[in-house]
Amino acid sequence: MTLQRYFRVLRLFWEVAIAAELEYRLNFVIAALSSLTALGGNLFGLFLFYRTGYQFQGWQWQEALVVLGVFTMLQGFAATFLSPNLNRIVKHVQEGTLDFVLLKPISSQFWLSTRTISPWGFPDLVLGLVMIVYAGTQLGLGLDRYLVAIVPLALGFMSLYSLWFMLGATSIWFVKIYNVTEVLRSFLEAGRFPIVAYPAAFRIFFTFVIPVAFLTTVPAQVFLGRIEVTWLAGAALLAMGLFFISRLFWRFALRFYTSASS
Amino acid sequence: MALFGYLQRPLRIIQTLLSVYYAYMLEYRAELMFWVLSGSFPLILMGLWQEAARSGQFDLDPDTVVRYFLAVFVVRQLTVVWVIWDFEREVLEGKLSPLLLQPLDPGWRHFCSHLAERLARLPFIAILVGLFLWLYPVARQQPAHLFWGLLATGLAFCLRFLMQYTYAMVAFWVERATAIEQFSFLLYTFFSGMVAPLTLFPEAVRTIVFWTPFPYLIYVPASLLVGLPIKIGQSIGVTLIWCLIFWLLNRLFWRLGLKHYGGMGA
Repeated sequence: MTLQRYFRVLRLFWEVAIAAELEYRLNFVIAALSSLTALGGNLFGLFLFYRTGYQFQGWQWQEALVVLGVFTMLQGFAATFLSPNLNRIVKHVQEGTLDFVLLKPISSQFWLSTRTISPWGFPDLVLGLVMIVYAGTQLGLGLDRYLVAIVPLALGFMSLYSLWFMLGATSIWFVKIYNVTEVLRSFLEAGRFPIVAYPAAFRIFFTFVIPVAFLTTVPAQVFLGRIEVTWLAGAALLAMGLFFISRLFWRFALRFYTSASS
Repeated sequence: MALFGYLQRPLRIIQTLLSVYYAYMLEYRAELMFWVLSGSFPLILMGLWQEAARSGQFDLDPDTVVRYFLAVFVVRQLTVVWVIWDFEREVLEGKLSPLLLQPLDPGWRHFCSHLAERLARLPFIAILVGLFLWLYPVARQQPAHLFWGLLATGLAFCLRFLMQYTYAMVAFWVERATAIEQFSFLLYTFFSGMVAPLTLFPEAVRTIVFWTPFPYLIYVPASLLVGLPIKIGQSIGVTLIWCLIFWLLNRLFWRLGLKHYGGMGA
């Protein structure tokens, strides 16, 4: 029953958001152009590594393309769902409008995380998928691989969401949090390349401190059929753990919320 | 005596603006630290290229890679510009109007606020670089052309500022001028030498890229600092020409834009 209500609310939120964004159709064209250029640049960057015959340990060109595709999709996901919502938490805290959110008969974390979507990320989602399908076809991978890969990809999205939400939630204490999410984003850039391409110290950092390896390399590995159960289990544990912590953290943070005028 | 009088006024203005904006920026110390950290992109690529150079398949040794990307990191930190976001807001919200009444071009205000921020940022950069040199002894070296490197960095900052301030003029006509900067930033990322030293680019691409302003924003200053081969005179000359081009475009669009500018409530 409750689940149904949440779905209905979600549909309303997104219909309104899309309708509002359709007012700015030119922006969408610009976003698509930017995505295409970024794609060209990313391919060029990868090409610089591969053009002399060097390859990331055990990753041939098409396989590295899969990682880049997953990364592009992740960026599209962040631009569509995460940044338009989670970067706005700060504003709610600053202006005291968080009060109204808390009064609604619906989970405040749900409201804050899903209130709007931005079609600006769609081109990246599509281009990332195209890149993966292209590489997958070249490697002769079957449909089952795509279906299996959805699981780790979803886990990656979930981990990223939870991390981002927790950063956003710290705005209860620190009002200017925008820059912290920028730091997270700049670290995520490391996900463009398979984790084995980095020196040992970087690998440890991007696996255990900022879990970039679980966001792009693990889904790519599952897609390519090199499933290592420990890594997949790690990705699942990480995603669920982070999500659980993000819920606890939000409740903890709310205890310190004192509204704008009190 | 008259000449001295002419100089006195700009000097006083510069001094005042710098001290005001420096005090303002110090208010945001914590954020400055995050800004510095969010420029970690060159360090990520340093790891990738260091690993790649170890394979011996590139015309580059791993230690040079570390030094080059550390220099890229520093140059990038010293040349960060955000004027278009400020300017766009001023135009859209009509805040530009009162500034136009002052006997000082608003551009200088932005320029000084960037300079002051740079001063406030310096300690953070120094700490990070110090930490890095301590952790990575191979990165320690005597800067190769310290004077030319710093000069090129200063010019890179001016050029980047002029480029972005020129794009900002579009705000007089359209609502989202920042989209242009975001687009240009993509080219900047891939062609400035941030993803790889330009020596690793294919010959044809490199030749074309050197005709654009981008390599003079990162690659040239960074290479001068670590001692990669650069034609010093030619590079400085080209940077100056690009500065001049954007300066002229900027002044042209500024005049046209002001005629077009209605201002909020004006």
